[in-house]
Amino acid sequence: MLTEALVVSALLFLIGTFGVLVRRNAIIMFLCIELQLNAANLSFVALSRHLGIDGQVFVFFVMTVAAAEAAVGLAIIISIFRHYQTVNVDNFNLLKW
Amino acid sequence: MELDFARQSHLIWALLPEIVLSISAMAVLLAGVWKHEEGRPQDAHWLGGLALAGLLLAAVANGWLYGLSEVGRDGIIALDGFRLFANWLFLLGAALTIVVSFTYVERQRLQVGEFYALILLATVGMMFMGGTRDLILIFLGLETMSIAAYVLTAYNRRDRRSAEAGLKYFLLGAFSTGFLLYGIALAYGATGTTNVAEMAVSIEGGAGLSGLLVAAMGLLAIGFGFKVAAVPFHMWTPDVYEGAPSPSTAYMAAAVKAASFIAFVRVFLVAFEGVYTSWFPILWWLAALTMVVANLVALTQANVKRMLAYSSVAHGGYLLVAIAAANQMATAGLLFYLLVYTFMTVGAFGILMVVSAQSEERLQLEDYSGLGWRQPYLGILFTIFLLSLAGFPGTGGFMGKIYLLQGAAEAHLWTLAVILVLTTVVSYFYYLRVSWYMWMRPAEGGAGEPGEDSAIFAPLPMRVALVATAGIILFLGIFPGNILDFAFVSAQDLFPPASGLIGGGP
Repeated sequence: MLTEALVVSALLFLIGTFGVLVRRNAIIMFLCIELQLNAANLSFVALSRHLGIDGQVFVFFVMTVAAAEAAVGLAIIISIFRHYQTVNVDNFNLLKW
Repeated sequence: MELDFARQSHLIWALLPEIVLSISAMAVLLAGVWKHEEGRPQDAHWLGGLALAGLLLAAVANGWLYGLSEVGRDGIIALDGFRLFANWLFLLGAALTIVVSFTYVERQRLQVGEFYALILLATVGMMFMGGTRDLILIFLGLETMSIAAYVLTAYNRRDRRSAEAGLKYFLLGAFSTGFLLYGIALAYGATGTTNVAEMAVSIEGGAGLSGLLVAAMGLLAIGFGFKVAAVPFHMWTPDVYEGAPSPSTAYMAAAVKAASFIAFVRVFLVAFEGVYTSWFPILWWLAALTMVVANLVALTQANVKRMLAYSSVAHGGYLLVAIAAANQMATAGLLFYLLVYTFMTVGAFGILMVVSAQSEERLQLEDYSGLGWRQPYLGILFTIFLLSLAGFPGTGGFMGKIYLLQGAAEAHLWTLAVILVLTTVVSYFYYLRVSWYMWMRPAEGGAGEPGEDSAIFAPLPMRVALVATAGIILFLGIFPGNILDFAFVSAQDLFPPASGLIGGGP
């Protein structure tokens, strides 16, 4: 059971990583980052079956952090949309990427 | 007094500096709202003074912690010299940033209260990163710091470059956080604990080197590599440093980088001490690549702010040598270097803020032509900072590099030591080029123009900070002994006595 859960979380993590590297829409990239965090959450929950309740407590911390990050991240995306009228990261080349 | 974390109240005493600073941050935030009047810029000096008072109180609390000791060496909050020295670094970086930022935030009409509150909150996050032995708390501290830093980067909403830098920093920072967190999850799976001290025991006592642990170390190295801007994970650094408001850049280059290094050291040197041979090659290559690539790319930069960003990446490379060496001398060198580095980076960015005057302009090399003759004090101070960044004998930067080299030599890392020396020689070229422009080139429409002199104006707090910073750099370059001894003693707690008795603390 543990192995399967860890494999699924590794797959999720890889999908997230791949998404960040391939997609160019800032919001989709951000969603892929959330996928990475949730892959870690899945591992924590799976591991906590053997290692005690700690792992499940960590998940709550991670979810809180992800929520805070979403608040700040979406605010930044809105502020850049006001300047450029787009959220495609390829268009932001005032500074060399 | 001896602290035993089995009792809840003792945690409060151990966290006193963090608690004091959090309360001050709230106070600054409230004061900013309270003093706000529609249509009038806020008074940066008043709110900045309040923030500085909070930092001073936290520093007093930090000094008071030296009188306490802890039971064992595996409590969730560390009470060792390493943490307390790191706290000095963070408080100092925050205080210097606030002092040099007064005029900048007023001229740019930034929201002052929130700006200083965010700096204080980021500092709290850093103190947690440096002060805990639990990976989850390191993660929470890192996020507290990073989220505040994302906002500080994107702080100037009217400037597109600031918004763009904010987005880049946010996306890549959050991306690296994903790696770090997944690494923590795998390390938890491999060892059954998230406490670095217990992790070390578990690894030495049989858990050994499993595939899970190797993956965890790789992911943690990537995550920290992003945060300390090691090549090849440095792509965000030049853009973010260039686009962010200059006080934020100074703060990121000095304190945020220092905090990432402190956590990096604690995780790798304590938790993964038993499997040094398997992570050593990763750090070796990170350090070598960072030093070589960053110094070579810095040579080609015509924008001074961007050049300083690459120089900050290069300094990260020198510090990575200390982690690869993984002994007490190298760790003491790292602490000493971070101290000098805080002074010289904030000093250099302070000069940039003075020269660029109204906004983020006049950052090209040509703008510095003849500056030294028009503004001799500014020119001399900037030259001191540049020489120290380059590691010229007689400055703190030189002594810092000597100690890093000494640590590398003790670990027999000869190749890395040679790379460090050679890249330092390369770095002389781009640092001294700025000095050359300042002193050897006639002014041609740059910042030195007579008509524009009025725009170059360093207010009193800035002048005091710059002169004091330069003085301390020279002092550390000539009499480094006391501070180095202090750093050496502070680093001691990371390296338990040879008997390997963990839990037999003082």
